[in-house]
Amino acid sequence: MSQSPHHIDVREFHHRAQAAIDSPKIRRNFRKAMDGLISKRKTAFEDWDLDTLRTLGANIRLKALAQLPDLLVQLEQQLIANGVKVHWANDSEEACHLVRDICLRRQAKRVIKGKSMVSEEMELNHYLEEHGIEALESDLGEYIVQLAEETPSHIIMPAIHKNTEEISDLMHDRTGTERSNDVEYLTASARQQLREKFMQADVGISGVNFAVAETGTLCLVENEGNGRLTTTVPSCHIAVTGIEKVVTSLEDVAPLLALLTRSATGQHITTYFNMISSPRRAEELDGPEEVHLVLVDNGRSSIYQDDELLDTLRCIRCGACMNHCPVYTRVGGHAYGTTYPGPIGKILMPHLLGLDETRHLPTASSLCGACGEVCPVRIPIPDLLVRLRQESVDGDHLHPARVRGHGSKRSAMEALAWKGWRWMHTSAGRYRFGTGIATRLRALQPQHLGAWTRYRSAPRLAPKSLHELVRERQTSRGGKSS
Amino acid sequence: MADRIKVYPPKPAKVYFFGTCLVDLLYPEAGLAGIQLLEREGIDVLFPQGQTCCGQPAYTSGYHDEARAVAAAQLDLFPGDWPIVVPSGSCGGMMRTHYPALFRDTPQQDRATEIAGRVWELTDFLLNVCHIRLQDLGEPTTVAMHTSCSARREMGVAGVGPTLLGQLSNVTLKEQVRAEECCGFGGTFAVRHPEISGAMVSEKVDALVDTGAHHFVTTDCGCLMNIAGHAEKSARPLSGQHILSFLWERTSSGKGGNVK
Repeated sequence: MSQSPHHIDVREFHHRAQAAIDSPKIRRNFRKAMDGLISKRKTAFEDWDLDTLRTLGANIRLKALAQLPDLLVQLEQQLIANGVKVHWANDSEEACHLVRDICLRRQAKRVIKGKSMVSEEMELNHYLEEHGIEALESDLGEYIVQLAEETPSHIIMPAIHKNTEEISDLMHDRTGTERSNDVEYLTASARQQLREKFMQADVGISGVNFAVAETGTLCLVENEGNGRLTTTVPSCHIAVTGIEKVVTSLEDVAPLLALLTRSATGQHITTYFNMISSPRRAEELDGPEEVHLVLVDNGRSSIYQDDELLDTLRCIRCGACMNHCPVYTRVGGHAYGTTYPGPIGKILMPHLLGLDETRHLPTASSLCGACGEVCPVRIPIPDLLVRLRQESVDGDHLHPARVRGHGSKRSAMEALAWKGWRWMHTSAGRYRFGTGIATRLRALQPQHLGAWTRYRSAPRLAPKSLHELVRERQTSRGGKSS
Repeated sequence: MADRIKVYPPKPAKVYFFGTCLVDLLYPEAGLAGIQLLEREGIDVLFPQGQTCCGQPAYTSGYHDEARAVAAAQLDLFPGDWPIVVPSGSCGGMMRTHYPALFRDTPQQDRATEIAGRVWELTDFLLNVCHIRLQDLGEPTTVAMHTSCSARREMGVAGVGPTLLGQLSNVTLKEQVRAEECCGFGGTFAVRHPEISGAMVSEKVDALVDTGAHHFVTTDCGCLMNIAGHAEKSARPLSGQHILSFLWERTSSGKGGNVK
């Protein structure tokens, strides 16, 4: 059973959203960061035919998903042939056990981690600590979040909710560095602290960006070199990944990588791109003695059963949807209370936690479409949000709901209101009669319309509807009604 | 999708006019302006009196059975093969891009798909099918524009409004910062998540006021109701209007333009 991070109640979304909106600091930090990321992405694609590249990216992901079971088998066989041990986990708990078992067997006490959202999904750090194993994040953003005992607020930039001053204070309090606004000084201090930890670590744990079935290659995208250290310095490397990250061949990696880095941070390429295909070979001087891959399902195979929902699994975790999301920009990542925030979180988390737990998420969107417009693999995020809204209220008898916890948002009152709306709008006579009454009684129109008038004045009914105006025009012209 | 290839029809003799429920009850002058602009282009406008709503409010709220029933009641309104014009990117988007999926695996599937293919957002139709040339009769003025997200992203008409306004010789169009960002309306979103919607519309009003223009025009009445409603409530110096009302007022000599 998956849990939300640190057992936050996802259903408290409204309170957290309001608190974030009321915080000038959160508003300022996110707005500034998102504006920067939007403009970097725009520049990064200037020399590309973006729509063509996105179509290529979407097709690569669709092709891989179409043959996912076969590709996973091929990936396993190829990895085993390369000397990598492969493990399968149905859910987070099983994945955590597998990692712990490897650590126990290696008598590992200290783990160093590269960035991995799947490990966040598993709450792996928390689990390892509970079992007496120290797990230290080595990605600078993750390191800051860990020092602050928080969770990532963004899937690419985990500490984006903090400004330099906050980070300086945090590092001062926790690690004794001098307070400074000099980002280079702060980074150098963190690097120094982390470098020792790399040398002491018994196991390195990383995520995977693309797992190539044909060659058994695990690709890892990063900027800080911590991913390379994590996967090469300790004697044992454990990679964890969702089962959807597999692609057919190395040829598929280049377009996806081009899309990923440009969409995420506006970089043409990251500082490091690691391709890991085996443990240290006899003739090699460095690298781990053991490499493991833990393939985590955690609800993904149930998404896979539905042709429409399947599109959720195309995601390459670039974060562009959240960077461009006007809701995410206002409330920040923590308000969602889920491992994955923003638009991708809204379409993915209901499958991981159930729609009952996450029922406020699919509605927390104006359906503006900015996310779908920038998605490098063309996930129709707004359509999937509408699908999940339908699932939440069991709203379509032609396409019965299938997501866990479906129907949990349906209320008798609301269902009745929509039935009334339907009754009114399925008959021209009833509609004409109703709107005729409404416009004639407009003086009695209420000025307070609940949540609407908290921020806006009430809209005013016109004295005559367009239907009426058109009829009057036709009469005065002696024309006939069409 | 904005990068869908759009093939405009030749200018027809007649069009069907689907007014939308918001225009019908709250902004009928925008609908009438649209009709008059079309008629001035020599097009005979058919307004089916049986029309009610495209079904979108229920659709985006997840009540697809209800949405389908209401949408089905609109399918008989357009028996000829004339284009269907809609003074809204949002309702136009519902009909053009969502009707085929909504009616998939139903007896109405073919008709819904055929109708979807005939739906045009009205300003897009005026510019790219009628090739309208506007002659500005108004005093010099400055306006800002907000294009709805559905007009921008579902109907792909973001460039149309500014082009039409550009034809008006006495109108200066000021671009807001973050023009592509949603105003926070989103239908039921505005009442389900009022705190977030409120934050969005407040920043949208700031962006429009910061242009220096005291008046904005928009393609959609949802955005209009939201943005102008917030400006009014918070006493900001900003009024709003549907772009069709504005275009008609600027280019007609006053006869029949004012329905208030």
